[in-house]
Amino acid sequence: MRDLLTAIHYGSWILPVLLLLPVAGAVVIWVAARPAPHEDEREYGESFIARDIAIGVLLLELVLSLGLWWAFDKDTAAWQFVVDLPWLAEWGARFTVGLDGISLMMVLLTTVLMPIAVLGGWTGVRHKLRTYYALFLLLEAGILGTFLALDLLLFYVMWEIMLIPIYFIIGIYGGERRIYASIKFFLYTLSGSLLMLLGVIVLWRYTGGTSFAFDEVMRVAPKAGPAALWLFGAFSIAFAIKVPIFPFHTWLPDAHVEAPTAGSVILAGVLLKMGTYGFLRFSIPLFPAAAVHPTVRTLVLALAVIGIIYGALVALVQTDIKKLVAYSSVSHLGFVMLGIFAFTEQSVQGAQMVTISHGISSGALFLLVGMIYERTHTRLIAAYGGIARAVPMFSAALALVAMSSIGLPGTNGFVGEFLVLIGTYSVYPYLAAAASVGVILGAAYLLWALQRIIFNPLDNRENATLSDLNRRELAVMGVIAVLIVWLGVMPEPLLSRTASASRRLVDRVHAASPVPVSAAATALAPAAVLPAPAAAGAGHPGGR
Amino acid sequence: MMDAAHPLAGTAAELVWLVPLLPFLGFVVNGLLSLSSAYLPGPLDPSSDPTAGHSGHTGEFASVQMTHHGHRHRWEPLVTILGPAVVIASFLVSAAIAWAMLRTGADTPFVQTYGTWMPAGNLKVEWAFQVDRLSMVMVLIITGIGSLIHLFSVGYMREDPGYPRFFAYLNLFVVFMLALVLGANYPVIFVGWEGVGLCSYLLIGFWFSDQANADAGKKAFIVNRVGDFGFLIAMFLMWSNVGALDFAGVAAKASQLPAGGAMITAICLFLFLGCAGKSAQMPLYIWLPDAMAGPTPVSALIHAATMVTAGVYLIARSSFLFALAPAASLTVVIVGGITAFFAATIGLKQWDIKKVLAYSTVSQLGYMFVGVGAGAFTAGVFHLVTHAFFKALLFLGAGSVIHAMHEAYHEGHAHHDDAQDMRNMGGLRKAMPFTWAFMWIATLAIAGIPPFSGFFSKDEILGTLFARAHDSPLASATWLGIPGSTILTAIYGLGLVTALLTAIYMTRMMIYTFHGENRSDAKATPHLREAPWIMTGPLAVLAVLSLSGGWLNIPALVAERFPVGTAELLHHWLEPVVGQATAALGGEGHLPASTEEALILVAVGVAIAGIAGAVLFLKPARLTRAAAAPPERGVAWVLANKYFVDEFLNKGLIQPVVRVSRAVLWRGIDVGLIDGLMVNGSATFARGVAWVGSRVQSGLVGNYAWAIVLGVLVLVGMMTIR
Repeated sequence: MRDLLTAIHYGSWILPVLLLLPVAGAVVIWVAARPAPHEDEREYGESFIARDIAIGVLLLELVLSLGLWWAFDKDTAAWQFVVDLPWLAEWGARFTVGLDGISLMMVLLTTVLMPIAVLGGWTGVRHKLRTYYALFLLLEAGILGTFLALDLLLFYVMWEIMLIPIYFIIGIYGGERRIYASIKFFLYTLSGSLLMLLGVIVLWRYTGGTSFAFDEVMRVAPKAGPAALWLFGAFSIAFAIKVPIFPFHTWLPDAHVEAPTAGSVILAGVLLKMGTYGFLRFSIPLFPAAAVHPTVRTLVLALAVIGIIYGALVALVQTDIKKLVAYSSVSHLGFVMLGIFAFTEQSVQGAQMVTISHGISSGALFLLVGMIYERTHTRLIAAYGGIARAVPMFSAALALVAMSSIGLPGTNGFVGEFLVLIGTYSVYPYLAAAASVGVILGAAYLLWALQRIIFNPLDNRENATLSDLNRRELAVMGVIAVLIVWLGVMPEPLLSRTASASRRLVDRVHAASPVPVSAAATALAPAAVLPAPAAAGAGHPGGR
Repeated sequence: MMDAAHPLAGTAAELVWLVPLLPFLGFVVNGLLSLSSAYLPGPLDPSSDPTAGHSGHTGEFASVQMTHHGHRHRWEPLVTILGPAVVIASFLVSAAIAWAMLRTGADTPFVQTYGTWMPAGNLKVEWAFQVDRLSMVMVLIITGIGSLIHLFSVGYMREDPGYPRFFAYLNLFVVFMLALVLGANYPVIFVGWEGVGLCSYLLIGFWFSDQANADAGKKAFIVNRVGDFGFLIAMFLMWSNVGALDFAGVAAKASQLPAGGAMITAICLFLFLGCAGKSAQMPLYIWLPDAMAGPTPVSALIHAATMVTAGVYLIARSSFLFALAPAASLTVVIVGGITAFFAATIGLKQWDIKKVLAYSTVSQLGYMFVGVGAGAFTAGVFHLVTHAFFKALLFLGAGSVIHAMHEAYHEGHAHHDDAQDMRNMGGLRKAMPFTWAFMWIATLAIAGIPPFSGFFSKDEILGTLFARAHDSPLASATWLGIPGSTILTAIYGLGLVTALLTAIYMTRMMIYTFHGENRSDAKATPHLREAPWIMTGPLAVLAVLSLSGGWLNIPALVAERFPVGTAELLHHWLEPVVGQATAALGGEGHLPASTEEALILVAVGVAIAGIAGAVLFLKPARLTRAAAAPPERGVAWVLANKYFVDEFLNKGLIQPVVRVSRAVLWRGIDVGLIDGLMVNGSATFARGVAWVGSRVQSGLVGNYAWAIVLGVLVLVGMMTIR
């Protein structure tokens, strides 16, 4: 496989193609799928073409991006597939794209989830299809640009560009409260990203106004000195809102609930991950000393654990299935933040694993909710019950995805949570123990929901005649099932690809830390459970 | 990949991967057959009648057989062959491995590694199985008893519309249970550990259209998760402080920790929390009685013979850790002893035949923990084995009774009473002589009457406890300041009382079910009859095992006097696995023969007294049918309601959590504080400011634009200051 890819110079053109293809696709849709002259033909006349073009482009993207999996060199933490083109010469901004292990997984998550989302929500949207699918392709370009940009200004532009399609997707194609939700989402995100722009400009001035290049910025970032804390904050607030970290999460339930199915899938599956990616790519590497500042670190870790527990408890009492899934995201993303800020190799690797598996399982949950919603037009849990009899395939899929979300060993959900917790435990035992309580609560809210949806008496007679998953839906869930089991049983290929970049991050943080991270942690360790000298001899597993 | 020098290399032991793979294939095929009914017209699973869940009948088959009697699933013949066959084939492979072990005398673990599971930094968790003497005992029990129960299920479940689904779950359970006992490191055990929990959840709620069943399944899963929390923390502690997660690594490095220190004690206590969840010990026993909502073969396989003993297995497997933590071992003894007694008292007043057996299981598991806690690992595992024989027999016998009751109600067109309530039974001996005889064998075994199997294993636990109380490292340790000898003596006394209670409640169950006059509906009585051979056959095999299982580990004292065979076979077999730990906790102290004889006499005397007392004082003739029974009063009322533990938990824990989550966290903090005050509040504020701004700037400034203006202002401000 690698030889073939080398032969076609895959590495030298793949990233720009991945970015441009969806844009070209959007243009083609806009031109080719012009509204038919007659009102009654419009819906059908444009739908097939727009939808077909969109899925074709998304699948092509997927196939092209899969080459990255094999072409990627997992032994290096350096940038790969870099393409560097001039852009805004007078400011020193360049169109630089490239990736390392961390961004590789985000790119693949995006290219995999995009076609799944569109196929899963195939019949969910019934008007203005041309705009809808064009927006989706633009969204993919924006997301990929965000994950690939190695120039801070390019990153910022992509970060904002991506907002526009999702804003319209929620605002035009969403549910009843779509306007409120989309504006809330937009303002929340924008208020954060303006601070980030400020940070970008300050960093640019450190370079003497010559460059936005990531490597160059990283070289000059130490100039910030004590101001690093402020700059770290400026970047991190934007990312924290996107993740979202408690208490910045209230845009999420509204946006998720109101968005159309495919929009919810991408919101939960990919967009939230741009926040955690921001921490891994920018906040922490640029300002490692600020990241390990005791106040900052304690604050983030505490908010992460609060998010885990709080998200689970609030999910427990939701009456709307989509809201329940939305709050479960708050809980899961808490694990990601916990893992990142514990700064051990296990926990940082685990955090990325949670990121990927949450994208799959949470996306799948939204798909399933969308599929059943298309049949019943209600998202109220109370309207269901006992439907396992009527729709066994749907129920089996829901049960499998719920188990993955609960983190049952053997599914993808377990690997990430386990690595995060075991890594965190070696430095912050109490916090890891508290976060582990989230494992119990996760079972509580999902099993309770599962029972009220697919088990119990089939009270609602209308549900007795529901039709089960059709072939398209079955195919989509089949792909997801394979991913769930594959990543649960054999996560090694994935973990080995994120290893180098994660190690580099952890090393950078430890080098910047005034006291060794592990020593700082022992201050928090309980005296009673403190490793005796003999245990310390066993080495510090958390570190390396 | 493998250790070429190991005596088991090149033998059947290398096929150990086949043991779980065969049932897994069964799961895949049965699962697909089950789902295929979604696309092929046929009876809906479990019932096409949307109101069936509301039928007034209670107990098993309530919603199923009424509507679908006589119908069989379209794939019934295929499932009937495939479901049991994969487990039997797995048993044959296991037997071949066991034979290879006997032949080669291999006494070290044979580890097979299949690949890397979770590598991260210096953490490396591998997919690896470990064949050794302890895991093979468990594998033989799981596949052996499992085969019998699968066969029984053919007769029991054949008419159920969810027949393939049942076997899919049951096969999957066997897969995970095998992974649990074969895992060569704690994470792989954990895969099996949670996997069996999943299957237990699915099987308890098998007839999910009844909310009580679905509730019971969910309760089992969540309570088990509380235990799994302990298991997880134990693994984290091991990794952080010992630096390994595989048995060989932990065993080698744990000895470097200070023996009896806080760290090793914490690891053991958290492990035991996991065991208490899975094996239904105080305070996490509450899920097991409710788990009886599942089909009876499930209760026999999962909630009596195999899964619930996983905790005992885990402690025996981790004996090298518990040997270093006497305080944790004493905790295990105390919790086990109290659970045994407590559950036995509840068992005295239950009317549902399966509930009696459920509390009996909790109680017997308590005995096993007393054994492994006291460092008598062989005795604990021995009781695990004999209990698997006689309790599986009791549950399958109860299933046979319930099946007969249902058929009789149905065929006699009688009013459907509760088919599991003993007050509706009585006199079944005449109709079901085989079931009756087999269940008496099991009852005598569990009561501890020689020469039935339970006598040997229970006596070994109590005898060892008595011996350890007098002279052992454990007796000289302390637990919260209390000397170990005091604790061991007290638990020995409690164990004897529990033995008395066991004999009483089991005899009560037998008398009410099989003796006296029949109390079923007059129309139903003539239709009561013995189960088909596919059900009584497995019962007969289990009866033989319950009768003769004690032969596995005959005390030296008995073997010296009677020509019954070699003494202490199991003891010698497990010696390489648990010998060191046993010596560390138990020392070398042996009781004089005269004391040992006296102990045996006391134990047998107690058992006989219990049976005799129950026979003398219980009068089945005085019973009225369940529907007409007067309410319980006084102590009986408290016992019949299981000390109100569930009610207390519901009112004291679950409801408050839900209420606080709803009122304070969601409506208060999320909707009220963050959204209401801060987000929408600042929007209102911005609107207000914008309104002022709009006056100034002729109304062209919206919210969004205002935000940009604000941003630019801050930006300019920053740059000016620098």
